[in-house]
Amino acid sequence: MCRLALKTASIPFSPYSVLQAMEAMQEGYDGSGLGLLLRGLKFTDYTYRKKDPVLSGIAHSEKALHRLNAFMQDKGFSKTYDHEFDVDFSRIEAKDRHKYFLRVYKVPAAWARYSQEKIDDELMLTRLALRKDGENHNSDLTVFSFWPDVAMIKEVGWPLGVGEALGLNDDRIMARVVMAQGRQNTNWGINLYACHPFFIQGIATMTNGENTAFVPIKDWLTGMHYPGYIGYQSDSEVFAHILHYVLRRLKLPLEAYKHVITPLKTEELKLHPQGDFLMGLRNVCRRFIIDGPNAVIGSLPDETCILVMDHKKLRPATIGGKPGEWAIASEMSGVDAMIPDRDRSLDFQPMRENMVIVPPTRQEFRICSQFDQLPPAQAA
Amino acid sequence: MLSIRPTATSPSSLTIPDLQWIINHREDRCTLCGKCTSVCPTEALYLAYRRQRMPKLDILKNKRGNEYRIFTGIRQRTDVGHRCIGCAMCAQVCPNEAIAPAPNPNDPRARFFFNERGEPQKRGGRKNSRESLLDRIIFNRISMLTDPALDAGRHEFEMNTLLGRILPPAEYLHRKATGAWIPPVREVFPFIIGSMSFGALSPNMWLGLLQGVAYCNEVLGIPVVMATGEGGCPPWVLKSPYLKYIILQIASGYFGWDEIIRAIPDMQCDPAAIEIKYGQGAKPGDGGLLMWFKVSKLIARLRGVPEGVDLPSPPVHQTLYSIEESVMKMIQTMSMAWGFRVPVYPKISGSTSAKSVLNNLVRNPYAAGLLIDGVDGGTGAAYNVSMDAMGHPIASNLRECYLELVAQGRQNEIPLFAAGGVGKNGNVTQNGLALIMLGASGVHIGKYIMQSASGCLGSERNRCNVCNLGICPKGITSQNPKIYRRLDPDQVAERVAETFMSIRTEMKKIMAPLGRSQSLPIGMSDAIGIDDSAAAEKLQIKYIC
Repeated sequence: MCRLALKTASIPFSPYSVLQAMEAMQEGYDGSGLGLLLRGLKFTDYTYRKKDPVLSGIAHSEKALHRLNAFMQDKGFSKTYDHEFDVDFSRIEAKDRHKYFLRVYKVPAAWARYSQEKIDDELMLTRLALRKDGENHNSDLTVFSFWPDVAMIKEVGWPLGVGEALGLNDDRIMARVVMAQGRQNTNWGINLYACHPFFIQGIATMTNGENTAFVPIKDWLTGMHYPGYIGYQSDSEVFAHILHYVLRRLKLPLEAYKHVITPLKTEELKLHPQGDFLMGLRNVCRRFIIDGPNAVIGSLPDETCILVMDHKKLRPATIGGKPGEWAIASEMSGVDAMIPDRDRSLDFQPMRENMVIVPPTRQEFRICSQFDQLPPAQAA
Repeated sequence: MLSIRPTATSPSSLTIPDLQWIINHREDRCTLCGKCTSVCPTEALYLAYRRQRMPKLDILKNKRGNEYRIFTGIRQRTDVGHRCIGCAMCAQVCPNEAIAPAPNPNDPRARFFFNERGEPQKRGGRKNSRESLLDRIIFNRISMLTDPALDAGRHEFEMNTLLGRILPPAEYLHRKATGAWIPPVREVFPFIIGSMSFGALSPNMWLGLLQGVAYCNEVLGIPVVMATGEGGCPPWVLKSPYLKYIILQIASGYFGWDEIIRAIPDMQCDPAAIEIKYGQGAKPGDGGLLMWFKVSKLIARLRGVPEGVDLPSPPVHQTLYSIEESVMKMIQTMSMAWGFRVPVYPKISGSTSAKSVLNNLVRNPYAAGLLIDGVDGGTGAAYNVSMDAMGHPIASNLRECYLELVAQGRQNEIPLFAAGGVGKNGNVTQNGLALIMLGASGVHIGKYIMQSASGCLGSERNRCNVCNLGICPKGITSQNPKIYRRLDPDQVAERVAETFMSIRTEMKKIMAPLGRSQSLPIGMSDAIGIDDSAAAEKLQIKYIC
C-alpha cells in the first residue's frame, strides 16, 4: 500500500528530510518507487522568480532532450535555469534515463496579453503536448509538471535510495511544501505516470488505498473531453482531477470538495443550513462520489494543504505539528519522523465529515465539518 | 355383417397426449367433492359418468357373465378452449392429494391449434423462454487485500437512485445563483414496481401493492415507487398522500386521464413521476390491450368507457408525428400540468432505434430519463407472436445507450432505467445490479413482483398465462369479485415488504464485497463478467471462464 507524507513549513527545507521520514513508515510499502512534489522552491544556485514556470520530467534519450529543447524554443519559451541533479545512475534501477530535468522557463512574450486563465491553460496544454510527444516516440519523454513554483520527480526504486541517487541530500534544492509517496503502482503495470502525486494546473493530490468507484468516475471525467482529464493509469488520478474540477471549473470553495466526493446523507442534508443547495450539488456531481478506502492528501498553488478521507475511514491519516510547520502522513510514525518536537496530544485524525485545511500562513490547521455552513460568499 | 364406422376425428381433434399439461387423477383417492372442477379456471375438468365392466364368474352355476357399474369420475377436456393450463389450482384445493397437472414431456401438438376461428393465440406473461443473459453476469471484482471488503451487515449503505433530469454541475450552479428552474429529482429505490394497470390487475392486487409500497416507504425506509400502467388511478388514491409513491402512466389510449386531470386541484401531493408509454417490451409496436372480459363496471368508470368492450390502445400516440415533436409536446405538457415539479420520462420498448430516441431526449431539457423495456418484459395481454419474437434484449440495448451517454459525458444527466426479464428465474437482485453496473440507474420489475408478492402461477413454460382472460386463478389479474376475493390485500402487502427487504439485503451482499457502499454502482462495468466472449465483447465487460 502507498505510504504518504506531506510536510509544509514557512521556512524552506530539504525534500530529503521527508524521504528520511518515509523510512519510518517503511513497514507496509514495497519500496517500489518514489513520487515527489515540491512547492515553494528555493535553489542555492539560482534566484527563482515565483512566476516562472518550472518544467519537470525525464528525458530517456538524448534525442528526446533535443526534441524537448526544440519544442520549447519553437513555442517561444526561453530557459533561464536548468537544475543539474548530481545523479548516480548506478543507483537507479531503470536503465533508460538520460536526464532528469528541472528547468525554469520564461514564458513567451506574447503571453503578456493573456488573461491568467489563458496562461494557466496554455501551461497545461504545453505539458500535455510534450507528454503526447513522448508517447508518440516510444515513451522516451516523461513530463510530470509545468507550472510556476512546482517541481516533480517520479522514479522506480526504494524512495530514500532514489533521493540519494538524485543527490537530493545536497540541499541545493529546498521547498516549503513537499509531498512524497513511496510506491509505484504495482497493482497494475509500472508506468511513471501512474505514480502519485498527480498534478493538474497547480493542484496536486496523492492517495492511498484503492478507489473502488474508479471506472464510473473516470468515465465521467473522460466524457467531459477536457484536455487535462487524461491518463488514469492509476485509479487515484481522479482525485486530483475532481479537485481541479471543483475549484477551477465550478469555482466552488475548497470545502465543497468534501461535499462532492463524500456527500452527506439525505437525512443529514435535510437538517443542514444549506441542505437544499448541497443536495442539488450531490445530485449533479453524483458520479464523483468516492467509495474509498482512501485518504487524500493534497496541496494547492497558494501552498494550502488538505487532508480528507472517504466516508468509511478505512484508510486513516494523521496531521500534527506546530505553528509554522505541519506534517500529514498516512501513518502516525510518519508525522513523528517529520516533526518530532511537537505536542502529540494535538495530533488529529479527521472523521468522516472532516476536511483538514492548512492555510498558507501555517499558523494553525482548520478542521472543517460538512455539517457546518459553506463560506457564505461563495455558496449559491 | 359388422358395420365399420369411420373413426370420429377431425383435423383439430386432440387427445390427452397432445396437450401441454396432463391431469393425473387418482380415482382411489378422490372423494368426488367437486372442488377441483369448480376452481379450474378453464373448466378443463369435468365430472363424468362412466360405465365399468365387472367380470362375473358364478362357479356353482358354472356360468360366466358381466356386470356393469356406473361411477362418477374426473376427466380432462381436450378441446383447445378448455385445455389445462397447468395452474395446479386443482391440486391446491384437493383435500386428498388426488389430482395434479403434470407437464407433458412429449411434443404437445395442441399448440398448432391455438388459432381456432382464425384468431392467433393471445395470452399474458412474457416470452416463453427461460434463457437469461442477465443470470450469467457475475460480480468478480472482489475486494480483498488491495482494499478491504465491507461488512454488509454493519456498514451504512446508500442504495437509492435518482429519477429526474440532472443538470450539468456548472449549469446547476448558475441556475441556483440566478433562481432559475431546477428540474425535479426524486430519490427512489432502484427496484421500481413496473407499470401494471388498474384494469390489468384486480382491485385487491392493486390495493395490496400500494399498501406494501406505503409500508416500505413509511416503516422500512425503503423508498419504493410503483407505476400505474395505462388505465388511470382510483380517485381515492389520486387524492391521497400515497400519490407520492406512484408513477402515473399515460399511454396511447389516454385511459383514465380524465379522472387524473380532474383530480389535480384536489391532490395533496405530487405523483412520483409521469411515465409516457411509447412502447412495451412484451409487445413492441402494439398499444395496450385490455380484453372485454376484464372491463368491469369499476374499470369502465375509471377509464370512461362502456362495460364489456375490448380496449385496445393505438400503437402510437395521436400527437406523434416525429420524436422531436412528441417529446416536446407530451413531456412539456405533462410537466406543465404539475407546474414543472414532477419528472416526466418516456418508456420505450427495446429496439435498435433506442439510441436515436435517447439522443433526442438528451437535447430536450425537460426529459427526466428513459425507460427501456426489453424483449423479456411481461404483459397482461398480447399476441403470442409479439411476445415471443418481437423486441430487443435489454442488456445490449441498455449498454449501448449508456455508452453513448458516456461518450457525450451526459450519463449523469439522463438516468436510464431498464426492464424486461429482471428476476425472470428468481435472481432479481443479481439481474438488477448487473443492469445497474451496465449503466442503468434502476430497474422496473413487474412479473417478478406478481410472482413474489402475490403468488402468480405464470411461467416461461407457458404455465397459466391467462391474465388476458380475467380468469386468473389467484385473483391477481381478474376483475371478477368472485375470483379476486381469493387474494387478500394485506397478505400481498406483507409479501411486497418481504420482497423489498430481501432485495435490500441482497444488494448489500453484492455491493459490500465490491467495496461499494456510498453510492449505487451505476456503470461499474469493471466489476462484472460473463462466460460468453461474444456477449462480453458486445457489452464491453470482462470475459470469464
